[in-house]
Amino acid sequence: MTNDQMTYEMGLALQTKGITKHFPGVLADDHVGFDLREGEIHALLGENGAGKTTLMNIIYGLYQADAGEIFLDGKPVNIRTSKDAIAHGIGMVHQHFMLIPVFTVAENIMLGSETVRGMVLDQHSVATRVRELSHQYGLDVDPDAYVRDLPVGIQQRVEIIKALYRQADILILDEPTAVLTPQEVRELFKVIRSLADQGKSIIFITHKLKEVFAVADRITVMRDGRVVGTTTPAETSEPALASMMVGREVLLRVEKGPASPGEEVLHVENLHVFDDRGAETVRGASFFVRVGEVLGIAGVQGNGQTELVEALTGLRQAHSGQVVMLERDVTGKPPRPIIETGMAHIPEDRRRYGLVLPFPVTDNLVLCTYYLPPFARHGIFDHQAIDENGRQLVHEFDVRTPSPYLPASKLSGGNQQKVIVARELSRPIKLLIANQPTRGLDVGSIEYIHKVIVRMRDAGCGVLLVSAELDEIMALSDRIAVVYKGQIMDTLPADQVTKEQLGLLMAGITTQATEV
Amino acid sequence: MEWRRLGFIALIILILIGVVVMIGGGEIAPSVIVVSMIATTIAVATPLTLGALCGVYCERAGVVNIGIEGMMLASAFFGWFAAIYLNTILGMAPMPSLIMGVVAAILTGGLAGLLHAVLSVTYKVDQIIGGTVINILAIGVTGFLNRQLFFEKGSIFGGQVPHAPGVLPRIRIPLLADIPTVGRIFEQQPIAVSAIVLVLVTHFILFYTRWGLRTRSVGEHPRAADTVGINVARMRYANVIIGGLIAGLGGAYFTLESVPSFEPLMTNGRGFIALAAMIFGNWAPFGAWASALVFGAAQALQINLQFFREQIPSQWAFLQQAYIVGLVPYLLTMLILTGIIGKTTPPAADGVPYEK
Repeated sequence: MTNDQMTYEMGLALQTKGITKHFPGVLADDHVGFDLREGEIHALLGENGAGKTTLMNIIYGLYQADAGEIFLDGKPVNIRTSKDAIAHGIGMVHQHFMLIPVFTVAENIMLGSETVRGMVLDQHSVATRVRELSHQYGLDVDPDAYVRDLPVGIQQRVEIIKALYRQADILILDEPTAVLTPQEVRELFKVIRSLADQGKSIIFITHKLKEVFAVADRITVMRDGRVVGTTTPAETSEPALASMMVGREVLLRVEKGPASPGEEVLHVENLHVFDDRGAETVRGASFFVRVGEVLGIAGVQGNGQTELVEALTGLRQAHSGQVVMLERDVTGKPPRPIIETGMAHIPEDRRRYGLVLPFPVTDNLVLCTYYLPPFARHGIFDHQAIDENGRQLVHEFDVRTPSPYLPASKLSGGNQQKVIVARELSRPIKLLIANQPTRGLDVGSIEYIHKVIVRMRDAGCGVLLVSAELDEIMALSDRIAVVYKGQIMDTLPADQVTKEQLGLLMAGITTQATEV
Repeated sequence: MEWRRLGFIALIILILIGVVVMIGGGEIAPSVIVVSMIATTIAVATPLTLGALCGVYCERAGVVNIGIEGMMLASAFFGWFAAIYLNTILGMAPMPSLIMGVVAAILTGGLAGLLHAVLSVTYKVDQIIGGTVINILAIGVTGFLNRQLFFEKGSIFGGQVPHAPGVLPRIRIPLLADIPTVGRIFEQQPIAVSAIVLVLVTHFILFYTRWGLRTRSVGEHPRAADTVGINVARMRYANVIIGGLIAGLGGAYFTLESVPSFEPLMTNGRGFIALAAMIFGNWAPFGAWASALVFGAAQALQINLQFFREQIPSQWAFLQQAYIVGLVPYLLTMLILTGIIGKTTPPAADGVPYEK
């Protein structure tokens, strides 16, 4: 070992060498070498399935590596459980928060590392410690609040404090921005920076290129279970990182010409909808979509988008108001007559509402039309026609599957989404409702879905795009409606609006108020 | 426990007591009837309280247990068997035999709990099926052994049911039991008293200790518990076994405290009513106890009305039919489970096996 290498390795908080992990049929991590310097923010970038989360779960002791070593401060360590990881000063903020909604903040933080006086839990000392940590790192939380009452941004702070409470020096943040508003993201970045300045070493997992440039000191890109390379924001660019991630040139910008909107295809008037728990989540929404345009609905998740789309597509009864599709009142109609008016729907939860997972791809491709000729005659299936249709669509929409007869559950997320897109777009439609169409998809699939949406618009179809991804909304929409607590705050032309304006509207702040 | 629910519980108990007072009030002083009703309610609520506590431990840890009925039936039998075996065959004195019988019943429950844990935690069998297995197994085993051991010629007891060592004696709670009239309430048998103590202990454990916090965490969000280093499988095993031990004590009530004999199927659905009490009590010890008292009061009504059969007014003649009054606890169960009195929320991961 050379002297240079020695000094380099001495400044490392964490290092992995040759980490390899097999899952049945998949090589998730293939000899992964990764290192983290003390006090740095190191972004780990890669598409879904690139092996980022698997690597972190190995470091955090949730999985065991088949081969490879982990070093902390230059010494090899054996991490077999998350308890070991915690004892070694590693903390992880998971993508899906590991918080118990019915517990208080203090209870969540102390869980697994409780302090007791006699037999009784010492809530008071925990609350005191939480307040100290809040103060030290600028993470404001109330230790006595119940987690279920807190917005996601605050819940994330609780997760971070939970790691700090366990005296973590290394913090792993798994896709921390996925659930946040742009303002919350900026807050989070400030917190991460302050943590790094106070000596914490941070691994920041993401697949969003812009975030990497906003916050990272170094960037490691993974693809197909391997490390493609490590670089710094100064040495690279967004397109360069994107092609590292995907392995080919990727179009990051959506190419689209100006819209030429025609007549109204969907008209929604003063719609009120309640959710399953009886809360009014859509409170008087009114908007319209014309053929040849994309109306984007921007908003933080959980502001009524789910119920709005369900009401439009006939999956949920609206309480009051009107939905007019091509001048026909379809309010309160069941899905089939609505589908028959020419409405297509790419649902938010593709695995629950988009596909019948155990059914073969071919059957999933006729879910909207199976009762019609040529797929059925006098109530009897024509399997030849269904199979023929399946093979053709799989080819046409580039669904990567070994066979069109495979159950839909066996496909990757991106290919499942392509099956849904193929089904919905292969019949004559006038309106496409796409709810979170690229959630959880990798850059390559996102590019594909975006192209399809623009293509449908240009072919004279109206598109209603619901997305929590502001970049996606801004790239695809011709007009943008911002929804906050079930109300449309404003509808703005896409080419005249800034991200900041949208961010404020998404937080329920109207532009007039902030101009003062 | 929310006030509305508590109010409903108090109301039903008052109505049930009121009915008996109205019918028997001419014969016996109302105060005596009220005290008798309360004392009986507490006593007969015992297996329901213990069964419900068993459910609280299991389900708070995320394991649904519909096998409480079977756990109590098996414990009732083996506790009873141990007591008379020690007493008649080995010649142990009645009191120690009864105590050893209770121990045997508790251990039987613990074993049944272990079986349920193996099925639902290790083998991830559907927990409803696992519970059903325990119920069917208990009916079969106790029915078969009861016949083989006591009624077959040449069996250890020589083909006849032996003389029982009696039941556990009442304990007089000092001072309280000396109060005139009301004192009767504070003269209870030991299992009834321990049920109430266990309600207090369980409440303390569940909401004030490390064990309780961890138990609730594996019932709400096992993955979150796992990520902070809590062994989900171990917590679930331990709580299901603890639940089983408590159900075992509940089983002992039937044959060692209530009556000195065993009959096939003698738990008579009380394990399921206990489950209903736990649900209506919102998976909390005090709630479960209060709900158990409602069902206990319904049963106390049946018991106390027997003394006043002559006094039942003719327009209420149907109350003279014992089986109609006997239906009251079951009707109450159905009424309560319809959710008319408000819905309760189970632990979020209740009934869901944890997959790493």
